[in-house]
Amino acid sequence: MSMLAAATSTPIHVPRVEWVAILPELILVGAALVLLTASGLRRARLPRGVHMIATIAAAGGALGAAWYLWAQVSDGKARDAVAGAVVVDGFSVFFMILVSCAVVLGALLADDYLRREDLDGPEFYALMMLSASGAMFMAAANDLIVLFLGLELLSISLYVMAGLHLRRSESQEAAMKYFLLGAFSSAFFLYGIALVYGATGSTALPAIADFLRTNVLVSNGLLVGGLGFLLVGLGFKVAAVPFHMWTPDVYQGAPTPVTGFMAAAAKAAGFAGLLRVLFSTFITYRLDWQPVVWALAVATLVLGSVVALVQTDVKRMLAYSSIAHAGYVLVGVEVATSRGTAGALFYLLAYTFMVLGSFGVVTVVGRRGDAAHDLDTYRGLASRRPALALAFTIFLLAQAGVPPSTGFLAKFYVIGAAVEARAYALAIIAMVAAVVAAFFYLRVIVVMYMTASEEAESPRLRVPVGVTVALAATLGFTLVFGIVPGTVFDFARHATVLRF
Amino acid sequence: MVLPVAAAVVIAVVPRSRPEIVRALALLAAVLEVALSGVLLHRFRTGIAGFQLVSQHPWIKDFGISWKVGVDGISLFLVVLTAVLFAVAMAASTVEHDLKAFMCWMLVLEAGCVGVFLSLDLFLFFIFWEVVLVPMYFLIGGWGYERRVYAALKFFLYTMLGSALMLVGILALVFLEARGGRPITFDLVSLANNQHLAGATAKWLFLAFSASFAVKVPLFPLHTWLPDAHTEAPTAGSVILAGVLLKLGTYGFLRFGLYLFPKAAVDLAPVLLTLGVIGIVYGALVAAVQRDLKRLVAYSSVAHLGFIVLGTFALTTQGLQGGLLQMINHGISTGALFLLVGMIYERRHTRQISELRGLQRSAPVLAGVFMVVMLSSIGLPGLNGFVGEFLVLLGTFVTRRWWAVVAVTGVIFAAVYLLWAYQRVFHGTPDEANASVPDMTWRERAVMLPLVVLIVFLGVYPKPVLDRMAPSVNALLTHIERHTSYQQPDVAAGR
Repeated sequence: MSMLAAATSTPIHVPRVEWVAILPELILVGAALVLLTASGLRRARLPRGVHMIATIAAAGGALGAAWYLWAQVSDGKARDAVAGAVVVDGFSVFFMILVSCAVVLGALLADDYLRREDLDGPEFYALMMLSASGAMFMAAANDLIVLFLGLELLSISLYVMAGLHLRRSESQEAAMKYFLLGAFSSAFFLYGIALVYGATGSTALPAIADFLRTNVLVSNGLLVGGLGFLLVGLGFKVAAVPFHMWTPDVYQGAPTPVTGFMAAAAKAAGFAGLLRVLFSTFITYRLDWQPVVWALAVATLVLGSVVALVQTDVKRMLAYSSIAHAGYVLVGVEVATSRGTAGALFYLLAYTFMVLGSFGVVTVVGRRGDAAHDLDTYRGLASRRPALALAFTIFLLAQAGVPPSTGFLAKFYVIGAAVEARAYALAIIAMVAAVVAAFFYLRVIVVMYMTASEEAESPRLRVPVGVTVALAATLGFTLVFGIVPGTVFDFARHATVLRF
Repeated sequence: MVLPVAAAVVIAVVPRSRPEIVRALALLAAVLEVALSGVLLHRFRTGIAGFQLVSQHPWIKDFGISWKVGVDGISLFLVVLTAVLFAVAMAASTVEHDLKAFMCWMLVLEAGCVGVFLSLDLFLFFIFWEVVLVPMYFLIGGWGYERRVYAALKFFLYTMLGSALMLVGILALVFLEARGGRPITFDLVSLANNQHLAGATAKWLFLAFSASFAVKVPLFPLHTWLPDAHTEAPTAGSVILAGVLLKLGTYGFLRFGLYLFPKAAVDLAPVLLTLGVIGIVYGALVAAVQRDLKRLVAYSSVAHLGFIVLGTFALTTQGLQGGLLQMINHGISTGALFLLVGMIYERRHTRQISELRGLQRSAPVLAGVFMVVMLSSIGLPGLNGFVGEFLVLLGTFVTRRWWAVVAVTGVIFAAVYLLWAYQRVFHGTPDEANASVPDMTWRERAVMLPLVVLIVFLGVYPKPVLDRMAPSVNALLTHIERHTSYQQPDVAAGR
């Protein structure tokens, strides 16, 4: 009796939950659950396009919520929420907006694809929204455990999405490979968290940062080892060399819209985590991690660009090119200045639109069965579908860094940051890699424009409405902000105000 | 400059089934651009050294980048040249397929070239510099001859490698100049007047810029893309490539190399002079043994561009003026030569010198025009080439005697290979295939007329051009003298 009285007299401490701070994530998770439940309850198939519209509406809602948060934090104010588990600052809101855009574009690309491949159903959309909310949690994480949760939510959804194409063995293989390697990298990441906790006594990022600022560790093997394992886990997600082995196979095997979404969102989320850990938490250990990131960046740039040269499959080539792009973002990470971070963020945003546009074209050219990705199928595309070929050309040139495009400005920004930080060698290596990369982008253009079409009798490619809208949006972003980048530059710069 | 882009957009929406409308619109745009450059010429005030008609709007505030354009005596005539050559090339082009795309790319290319000459902001300059690449790539690759894809790719990658180094150079310059609380700026004039760099740094940056310019010029070891690109490009493409694009490189040396890094330029001048002289002699020798007429003209470009580099790095008023004038001359005469070679190719479907003979009989007007243009290219007194070459050699002789002496041999070689080629192609008795070659049509005559008029005019009376160049050239030299210990010798006093 007395025990019961004691229990009631000391109330359980319940943290205050600021729902608004995680509203974008909540909207996406909620929509995913509703979508699954609703289509599970109904016998009859829902009318076509409903899933897509619901997803876009949810992503739009998330975008709106993120916009509302942006208004609160854009002046550099940041605040903890949900008992310090997440943080709302320009950085996290930036990624919320980026990921929401990726969801909208991914849904547009997927709509017709799923019907074409006879895979219609809510699963893809629900999983995409779940993984998007995982990505947002990673960006907003204020604690290593939350970061891990976000990472898992993102990854597990993506494993399933990669294997979504039931009738293609490549898709199954991709899912398996991604899952096995991903599980390994998650284990590494978790082990890293444990080591860091052992060294600093906390998993909360601000607490770790405070600890490192105020204490000098006599032997820091535990801490550096833990940081290394964290790097491995996140490096896997962003496809940095030497943790890139899964990328070509998974990008090639996964359904094309999934590949596009994965390239945009998973990479962005991985870099969000990387920047959060390295730049805001372990900034005092800069001299320890900078050489490592330098080496990663160089290896990623060189290997990504060079190996892409010999690919004959367009999806595989884009996979290697995405590895090379990770190298450029790593350049921005390596310099560890706020300009470098802003450059990395701008790069990720620009890349999201370029890569989703590119995979949009690939989705269309892939035809029914999603197998026609050989370079030869692009033969003479310019004479069959001039607009499509022109769009692809613009995306490829933008990825190669030819102005006026956001792709050029993104390179300009990160290289500028590297030069400002006197990392000349890195800047030159990055630019030379860009020239190598230009070669394989041009190869596709050559095939599209300068070789005659062999299969003139093949049925005309159909460009569905959703893809058209997505292509128009991505093209518009790439070109318009490639010419007047002021707003997006400001956006990225404000987003670098991280909470320490 | 905005005009060609707008025109390209307009043409892009014209249906492709109406090629005659496309052609008319494109020509109209090109002619309008010539008229605009005429207005520019008219409003330009002779005797002012600095930049005129400047228009400036802030663009990206974070980096101190602005849309800043203007002309001075150095860029003025290059803009006019660009406008004229594009109009001529478009009028002369006989494209068999995809006329619409062809004209669009030409107009975009024109916008890029004019933009390079006009921009006074390093960022803007770099954008245009890169923009030029894409349309040229498509022009060569889409409408060229047999090995066009290879040539286009080679051109693109060479140039892009140079640009990559230049971009790092530009950024390094900007951020190094912005140390110590100075604002970040990409503005050309303020950067040139700052000169806070240490000597060694400036030298490295100069080399980074030079890499890009040297590819474009092209200077001796980097020239191998040129013969391929020129030979495989369609006629209009070759005209623009030789007439305008190569000038981007020499203009870059003049405007950015000398102006931004005077000290490094003076120190490294012997290296560049040597490369220029090697280009002159090597280009001439290789041109002499070509069997392909177009390739011969292409190699003659290497030699001519060597003269321009020589004049630029002689660092005397005469040398610079001569180099600048030679840029114009080379644009006109080599452009005209490529047009003529294109006409011959259309008639005979071969460019092999051995298969051409006695064209003088069957096509006398063509032969006559070819003769005039060729003599201008050789540098015959009374035609434009002579004035430029003479000034270059004079300017070089007073500072770098031995380089000038070697370079003079290039003049002789030029006479050898061009006259020899003329003799083989036009003299002799035509065989069956060559006897029935038709002479120039009226359209072709109309196309060649402005170029021939310019050749004679600049040869006889170059004063209006030189007068407008002089203040800017002198200002550039004063700028160099102010920032280095270098003093230009007094030519009039015989040093």
